[in-house]
Amino acid sequence: MAKRTFALNVNGGSYEVFVEPNKCLHDTIREDIGFTGTKEGCGTGDCGACTVWVDGAPVTSCLVIVGEAEGTAITTIEGLAKDGTLHPVQQAFVEHHGMQCGYCIPGMIMSSAALLRDNPHPSDDEVRHAIAGNLCRCTGYTKIVEAIQSAAKA
Amino acid sequence: MHRFDYYTPSTVAEAVDLLRSKGAGGKIFAGGTDLMPAMKERGRHPKYVVSLKNITDLKGISFDAASGLRLKAGTKMSAIHQNATVQQHYPVIVQGAKLIGSLQTQNLATIGGNVCNAAPSADAVPALVVLDATATVQGPGGTRSLPITEVFKGPGQVSLAADELMTEIQVPAPLPRSAGYYLRHVPRKELDIAIAGVGVYVQLDEAKQTFTHARICLCAVAPTPLRATGAEAALLGQPATADTIAKAATAAAADARPISDQRGSADFRRLLVNALTVKTLTAALDMIRAGR
Repeated sequence: MAKRTFALNVNGGSYEVFVEPNKCLHDTIREDIGFTGTKEGCGTGDCGACTVWVDGAPVTSCLVIVGEAEGTAITTIEGLAKDGTLHPVQQAFVEHHGMQCGYCIPGMIMSSAALLRDNPHPSDDEVRHAIAGNLCRCTGYTKIVEAIQSAAKA
Repeated sequence: MHRFDYYTPSTVAEAVDLLRSKGAGGKIFAGGTDLMPAMKERGRHPKYVVSLKNITDLKGISFDAASGLRLKAGTKMSAIHQNATVQQHYPVIVQGAKLIGSLQTQNLATIGGNVCNAAPSADAVPALVVLDATATVQGPGGTRSLPITEVFKGPGQVSLAADELMTEIQVPAPLPRSAGYYLRHVPRKELDIAIAGVGVYVQLDEAKQTFTHARICLCAVAPTPLRATGAEAALLGQPATADTIAKAATAAAADARPISDQRGSADFRRLLVNALTVKTLTAALDMIRAGR
């Protein structure tokens, strides 16, 4: 099928993209709209690096074809900071150095920010469950959990 | 991913008509969590994709104390396990839905998709089997209903025609003094595929001493989700004791038809079925006796 126009709402802005219908949301967000904060790891829904919110729910954007996202409100890592101030979870990752190479962190923050929105004071087990779909190959997760719990207490 | 045509019908009838008129080589796109990896990495190349996202009639959960639960086939796993009614009346459905992939997966994957993907290891299916669920499917000739067990033909194979669409799953009202439980064995804590799983649903008599109804479904130990009929017979009419449960667990291991593969040997899977049957039946009895 030829390219066609899809209308997307990303971080509160309206965008029209002209792409093939087999393009996934992740590639569309990065290549056609220009929000490059979202990363792709595996491309098959296993690693969580590409996690964005669709209507507030974390999903792996590599498993969403572009048309499936029409009519939804998409939030990427660029949509969390407000008026130049980092989201509390972002700030906590900075302060606690909850990262090493950093590649998984945008997805990790999307999952943990959704957790704290729905469950402001989670246990460590609840934190680890919430980020179970986000693989980090550097940190061993300890600093990440500390950062999220610090944001919960802030 | 190869190119495909993409359609977004807004009614079930329109979707069925597309599947009929476009012919072979199409694929229904529900949550996409199985189809997308298959299209990206496992050589699945549909000519066209029929998306269910605009069909509002495929989403929703309703419950009636007399007739039971209706799950529209396009309802997402997270919507099911977060639903207070499902949590209250059908905790075994919640247990299965919470085990599917990651939270991100559960926000995309649908109950109809998990059924129609027909994985022998599908975690949402044992609960539906033990609760005697039925599925409604719609095709060009109209709608029909079939027991959920009759949907499955083999790994990835279902009895639905290519132009039929699963629209709804009905679950009967819970029996008095009954409880269900599902457990699987995985080497990791999260995001894994069952090496073996066991779902049970049992009812006790008014004195809570004797099994008066028993369903057991085995997961990942046969080409399809499998009713353990030998184990069910070992429970029915028998005293609700550890001895009866041990006999049923032995029978369940005999009912299993596992293969050996990279995730576990057939012998190991039979041992798991035995152990998980004891655990799930014991947990279900505890729930009934605690009045849930």
